[in-house]
Amino acid sequence: MDLIETPSPGRDAATLPRPFLKWFAEKGWAPRAHQLELLARAQGGENMLLIAPTGAGKTLAGFLPSLTDLVHRGKVPPGSAFTGIHTLYISPLKALTVDIERNLMKPVTEMGLSVTVENRTGDTSQSKRQRQKLNPPDILLTTPEQVALLLANKEAERFFKDLKYVVLDELHSLVTSKRGHLLSLGLARIRRHAPGMQTIGLSATVADPMELQRWLVPQGENPAPPAGLVHVTGGAAPNISILGTESRIPWGGHVSAYAIADVYREIRNHGTTLIFVNTRFQAEFLFQALWNANDDNLAIALHHGSLDAGQRRKVEAAMAENRLRAVVATSTLDMGIDWGDIDLVIHIGAPKGASRLAQRIGRANHRMDEPSKAILVPGNRFEVMECQAALDANYLGAQDTPPVGEGALDVLAQHVLGMACAEPFDPLELYDEIISASPYAGLSWEMFERIVDFVATGGYALRAYERYAKIRKTPEGKWRVSNPHVAQQYRLNIGTIVEATELNVRLVRRSATGTLGRGGMSLGKVEEQFLEQLRPGDTFLFAGKVLRFETIRENECLVSTTYSTDPMIPAYAGAKFPLTTYLADQVRSMLADPDRWDVLPDQVHDWLAIQRERSMIPKRDELLIETFPRGKRFFMIAYCFEGRLAHQTLGMLLTRRLERAGARPLGFVATDYSLAVYSMNDMGGMIASGRMNLSDLFDEDMLGDDLEAWLAESYLLKRTFRNCAIISGLIERRHPGKEKTGRQVTVSTDLIYDVLRTHEPDHILLEATRRDAATGLLDIGRLGDMLARIKGHITHRDLDRVSPLAVPIMLEIGKETVPGEANDAVLEEAAEELIAEAMG
Amino acid sequence: MRSAMLRDDDLLTRIGLAARTLSTTAAPSGAEEIVVHGVSAVCDPLGGLYLPELGMLVVSDLHLEKGAAFARRGMMLPPYDTIATLNILSAVITRYDPKVVVSLGDNFHDRKGSQLLPDDLRALITSMARGRDWIWINGNHDPDGTVDLPGISTDELLYGGLVFRHEPSLISGKGEVAGHLHPSATVRRREKSVRRACFASDGQRLLMPAFGVFAGGLDLNHKAMHGLFDREALVAHLLGRDRIYSVRYGNLIG
Repeated sequence: MDLIETPSPGRDAATLPRPFLKWFAEKGWAPRAHQLELLARAQGGENMLLIAPTGAGKTLAGFLPSLTDLVHRGKVPPGSAFTGIHTLYISPLKALTVDIERNLMKPVTEMGLSVTVENRTGDTSQSKRQRQKLNPPDILLTTPEQVALLLANKEAERFFKDLKYVVLDELHSLVTSKRGHLLSLGLARIRRHAPGMQTIGLSATVADPMELQRWLVPQGENPAPPAGLVHVTGGAAPNISILGTESRIPWGGHVSAYAIADVYREIRNHGTTLIFVNTRFQAEFLFQALWNANDDNLAIALHHGSLDAGQRRKVEAAMAENRLRAVVATSTLDMGIDWGDIDLVIHIGAPKGASRLAQRIGRANHRMDEPSKAILVPGNRFEVMECQAALDANYLGAQDTPPVGEGALDVLAQHVLGMACAEPFDPLELYDEIISASPYAGLSWEMFERIVDFVATGGYALRAYERYAKIRKTPEGKWRVSNPHVAQQYRLNIGTIVEATELNVRLVRRSATGTLGRGGMSLGKVEEQFLEQLRPGDTFLFAGKVLRFETIRENECLVSTTYSTDPMIPAYAGAKFPLTTYLADQVRSMLADPDRWDVLPDQVHDWLAIQRERSMIPKRDELLIETFPRGKRFFMIAYCFEGRLAHQTLGMLLTRRLERAGARPLGFVATDYSLAVYSMNDMGGMIASGRMNLSDLFDEDMLGDDLEAWLAESYLLKRTFRNCAIISGLIERRHPGKEKTGRQVTVSTDLIYDVLRTHEPDHILLEATRRDAATGLLDIGRLGDMLARIKGHITHRDLDRVSPLAVPIMLEIGKETVPGEANDAVLEEAAEELIAEAMG
Repeated sequence: MRSAMLRDDDLLTRIGLAARTLSTTAAPSGAEEIVVHGVSAVCDPLGGLYLPELGMLVVSDLHLEKGAAFARRGMMLPPYDTIATLNILSAVITRYDPKVVVSLGDNFHDRKGSQLLPDDLRALITSMARGRDWIWINGNHDPDGTVDLPGISTDELLYGGLVFRHEPSLISGKGEVAGHLHPSATVRRREKSVRRACFASDGQRLLMPAFGVFAGGLDLNHKAMHGLFDREALVAHLLGRDRIYSVRYGNLIG
């Protein structure tokens, strides 16, 4: 929480109680205009949304209505009747609740207010949680999952009945996820327990504030007026530049290796530098490279979500105490925690979204009135354009945060079970309550009934499980849980975050004879899927070290140190953000307008100029398709600019069609900007001779049967299904320590998926999976929009050799293979070897 | 990502294949003939082992009613696993028309499975067993035998110079055909890895792949497999789309 020393003009501070005025005066501060406006309007009974940049004193603003009300209320006399919580603060991060507790206690103590503040997260001890239920604090700081748990309890009404304010922090980041969906359902329930409750949302700048204003109030048949909006604009304009370099900007890749010397120089010239990257691999790579360049032994640290929690806490503590000169971080540091005095943000790789860039830059210099300083370091030539586009957008204040979206069905199933755990529910009442949550305002009664049926018995057409139902209808028509075990199961499986199966990585000593020691330091967690492809002796980058993979022992991955500086296994992908639609459009328009190339570095300018000469520059709404031979293969490049996920889906579908057309495609590779397909036959010649038609090839109808056929076997869809199966409560989460070793005790969701797809393709969980896939891993929605947009705007260039624009994606071929379909060819090859061995 | 790990992706093929092979009775060309302790055997890509000299078909770890077993504990898995598994079994039986069927234990996923089996599925098993002997070997999941089903239940079977039991013996594996461990193997070549269920044999002992559609796999490298085989002689016979792929243990990772 930041308290800004600047006095605020013109606003009446009389609504503040005496202790506050005294406290502000003692500090030589004054409340800011927006803080007072928010207070006044909240006191007037409005639900409120505060949109403000980082460093505007947002958190204090959010708590002022609650604190002033508590001061008026005074201390609850001992011996009075049970009093529930007064204020609920909800944040997406556990760490943030701890941070806020510390920052809130300071003014509360200094003003001598008799207000109790406590946090409650997954880390809170069982006894403290129990005590909180019996004797709740005035202000409870917590996370969406804990809210769901509290609501699924028989004591929920008692606990929430006195609630006056719900403060929702980082609302922009919460609402677009399944956690946001769960929270919206929780708020709907809280409103029933405490009808007079007011919401206060705190958010960074978003594309559509009205969406959040509606999110904060009941929707449904009689929607409440949207929450009032206080929008703090301004602050000093950030000082952003694209890294100037003498080095050659690479054609492909994302790691910005060329810029290490320049980045190191900037670290040396600043106090504390925060270096953002997009993937864990980039983080690992960059940290290693900086370490090698670190001639001055500067304190540089690494921070990403897969690292051991203990190590992360150490980095965070060192950061807060200003002991570090630089931290290399992924999105784990995106959100509003105070990290000491950062005077420079360096962003490695393209930002992928204008809003994301603005929020990350906001991390620097946590003071609203001083300009933040940021440097963008593009990884390749396309990223130079993307950085420039994002930079223009940031100056223009463009916003491209994703929309809130329709509420997910798996989350709804989880919530319905939770509500049955709280108390038997009347289906009509619960339905009305659910559609008052904005993501679920459009939910049909029929769909709601199917969800209830799913929760009860799995919702199968073959009604085989009636006698095992988890919830049952009472004679009064209410649904109640069948037995206490169901409620316990619900509590263990709550939440919407599904982690990939991860193994702990432990560093052990390896003796000269090759025997491995026991014990050793825990470095963090790596996805099982990545580890499965390693064989003993393979080296990879993790936790800032080059590690030698030894073995997997009892659910742990054992590694040893190695002197190699060049890891053999190149990629540890981690999360990648796709390019936002808005930024993609900006890149397309910049590409189409040679006048705008002047701001680009000479190397990039020349690259585009030669492209114009050799091939062509596509117009903003045009899809350029290039074909050319290279080696023994033929290539087709489509410059779609729709992000990697949509391109990957397009690639899958396009290769099917090319196969039918007789082009004999061999494979494809997708980047954020383009898609390359390679084949045995001359696709350019086939198009020129009319044997293949591009409009047919790129027709929207590929989203019909071809999509269905591909989805049937898609690995990505299976992964989406797994998430839905866990969130909806179909299968239980794996809890560390609960797994038995030696034999399979659970069942693979891939097997469930296959059986369900064959026997009941219309099952509600498959429906939920398809809906998720459309916006998630497959980005089908965006692909559909693109196919509609380019209809009649496809231009084909048949070239005799690779074009300049094609070089970046050509460099990706061979580096990346798409997780693909079953491949018997591999088995065949291995089996043939045996035959050769036997016959030879 | 350098390569993809493919898991259990053969299942859909097995379900589809079963539907197709119902109409054909010939042993498929993709089956693999091997010898276990002097007895010849055919590994079928659908997961059954046929012993021509004995007229015997062996399947293992059917885990029937696994969906229902989970439903009893509050996890409502699709109730279609039993019919899917039985359809495949029916296809293999049609293919070899065996005199004897041996189900090598973990026939049902839990003790209540055979007792609470729906009538239509019970009738399906009864019709498959008509005109042949059926032997249910007891497994750790279903140690009490079966209820109201054709055939007999026993812990072990000695027949034709082989011993059939659910859990592999730790004392001697000579001439043993066992299940329990759900063996699977991973083949890696260049950039790709493929994981499949497999028959595993060193010529003395044979471990059967799990037959049930909800049964997962355990890698041959897992410590539970240690000491069961002479690894020099061990061959994994992997279940492919329409044939068996036989790969020496030492060659799995190329």
